[in-house]
Amino acid sequence: MSLDQLYQQIILEHAKARHGSGLAAAAAPMDASSGQSHQLNPTCGDEITVRVSVAGGKVSELRWDGDGCSISMASASVLTELAEGMSVEELRTVIDSFREVLRSRGKVPADPEVLGDAAAFEGVSRYAARVKCAMLSWVAAEDALGQAAGRLTAAP
Amino acid sequence: MVATPAHLRRSAAALGNEEVLRIRNDFPILQQHVNGFPLVYLDSGATSQNPLSVLEAEQEFYEQRNSAVHRGAHHLAVEATEAFENARETVADFVGAEWDELIWTSNATEGLNLLTYSFLNASLPGAGPEAARFALAPGDELVVTEMEHHANLIPWQELAARTGAVVKFIPINDAGALDLEAAAGIIGPRTRVLAFTHASNVLGTINPVAALVALARSAGALVVLDACQSAPHLPLDVKALDVDFAVFSGHKMLGPTGIGALYGRSELLNAMPPFLTGGSMITTVTMERAGFLPSPQRFEAGTQRISQAVALAAAVNYLSETGMDRIHAWEAELGQRLVRGLESIPGIRVLGPAAGQERIGLAAFDVAGVHAHDVGQFLDSRGIAVRVGHHCAQPLHRRLGLAATTRASTYLYNTTDDVDAFLNAAADVRAYFQA
Repeated sequence: MSLDQLYQQIILEHAKARHGSGLAAAAAPMDASSGQSHQLNPTCGDEITVRVSVAGGKVSELRWDGDGCSISMASASVLTELAEGMSVEELRTVIDSFREVLRSRGKVPADPEVLGDAAAFEGVSRYAARVKCAMLSWVAAEDALGQAAGRLTAAP
Repeated sequence: MVATPAHLRRSAAALGNEEVLRIRNDFPILQQHVNGFPLVYLDSGATSQNPLSVLEAEQEFYEQRNSAVHRGAHHLAVEATEAFENARETVADFVGAEWDELIWTSNATEGLNLLTYSFLNASLPGAGPEAARFALAPGDELVVTEMEHHANLIPWQELAARTGAVVKFIPINDAGALDLEAAAGIIGPRTRVLAFTHASNVLGTINPVAALVALARSAGALVVLDACQSAPHLPLDVKALDVDFAVFSGHKMLGPTGIGALYGRSELLNAMPPFLTGGSMITTVTMERAGFLPSPQRFEAGTQRISQAVALAAAVNYLSETGMDRIHAWEAELGQRLVRGLESIPGIRVLGPAAGQERIGLAAFDVAGVHAHDVGQFLDSRGIAVRVGHHCAQPLHRRLGLAATTRASTYLYNTTDDVDAFLNAAADVRAYFQA
C-alpha cells in the first residue's frame, strides 16, 4: 500500500482547511443543549476538544480545538462537515460505521453513501498506529453527543 | 576470560564506513527491505539491534546451561551460576564498577524505581539507623533537570508525594544546555538527591557531570546518573565520574529487552533497605523476620533474568571489541552530519546544540507545518525508521514550545549513506504535505 493511499488528496486538503476549528468562535453557547469532550492520544501528544450542540433533535453546531497530525486534524474537519445538520441518531450511526471501517484492518470497505468524505480514511485502517489519530475527534464527538442528548432527555 | 579472536581485535584506526559495512553483516535484521527500500534504521536511541553473537549467546545458554542460579548442586546449576555471575563481572567492568556493585534490573526505569522505593522504605518508621542516610522528610529536596526522560522524573515525583519531599529542577537554556548558574542556586543544604541524565535522549547534549557532582557533593546530596544514552555510546566509568548510582538499559546497547542494571557504591547498597523481597536475597528466615544478603543479591529477589544477563554480556563484549572510544567518535561524526544536513533544509528546526557543538549521534527536529507523526510516516515509506512523539520528555517539549518532534538516532552500525538517505527524504517532507 502506497503512502498516497493513506494521505489521499482530500485528507491533505482537510488537514489544511480544518473546518470547524475554533471553539472560541462557536455560535452556540455551552449550555444544556451541548456537550464537550477532551480526548488525548498519550503516545504522540495529539489533543482535541470537541463541542456538539443539539437543537430540535439535530446537530446544530460542531466546533473543535485541536493540535495533532494531518490524519487527526483532517478527520475532525471532515466530521464537522458531515455532522452539522444530521439528527443525533444519524450521527451515531455514522460514527459507528466509521469505527467499524477503521478497526477492520482493511477488511471492511468504507461506504461513501454513509461516510461521504470520511470514506477517504479507509486506508488508515491498514496503519494500526494511525487508527487512533483518525478516531480521536470522533470519539470526542460521540462523548459530547451523549452528554448533550443526556441533558436534553433529563431536562423537564 | 576467552581471548579476543584476531579478526575482532580492535583496530587503532578510526571507525569508518568500510568497517561499519562489515559490522552490519553481524546484524541480520538490518539486511531487510522496508516498503521497497533498504532498511535505514535510525531509532537506536529507542532500542538497538542485536548482533549474531548476542542472539547466539542466549540460544547457547538455553541449549547448554539453562538452570536456576545460586542453588542446586547439579552440573547445570553450577554452569548457569557461573555464566550469570561472569556476565555480571563483564558488564560491571564495562562501566568501571566492581561486580558486587552491579544489580540486574529489567531496564533503567526499574533501576530508578528500585532506588526510589528503597529510599521510601528508608523513610518509613522503624527503618533503622543504617537506612537513615536515605530517609526523606518533609521539605527535603530532590533535584532533577528539565531535560529528563519521564523515567528519571516520575519516580522522584512519586517519592516526593509519599514523603513530603519537594522536586526541584535545573532549567535548560535556549542552546539546550543545563543552566549551571541556576543549578548552583537550586542545589543547597536541603538537597538530598541530584538525579540527572548523562546525555539527553532528545537534545543530544552531554551534561557536565563533574560540575554537577561537585555541586551535589558540596550540598551532601546523593548523585544518581541516568546513563541510558551514554553507556551504549561512549566510554563510561562510574568511578571516574564519582556518581553514587547509575542506571542503564540493555536493549539500547545491543542487548535483549528485559535486562538492565543499577550501579551503586558498595557501602550505599549494603546500607539501603531492599525494594523487592523474597527468595534468593536472604540469610536466615523465621516465621517472624528475615536477614538480607549483601549486595548484589540483596536487591535480586526471585529468579533472575539469566539468559538476558548472559546475552547482555555478549553485547558489551561486542562493544568493547569494537572500542567505545571509536564508537563515540564515529557517532559524533554522524551526529554532526545529521545536524548540518537538517539545518540546511528550509523549515526544519533542530533541537539542542547547534552544528559544531558537542552532541551524541542523534538529532530531534521540528518540521514547520508538518506534524511529527506525518514526518515519521513519510520517512517510513522510504524504509527509514525514526522515532516520533515527545520521546518520554513532555516537560522538555513544553519548554521548547513543541508537542511532538521527530528524532533520528544512530549507532555503530549506521553509515554516512544511512544519514544521507534520511536527509534526502527529510528534504522532501514539506513538499509532500504541501507545507
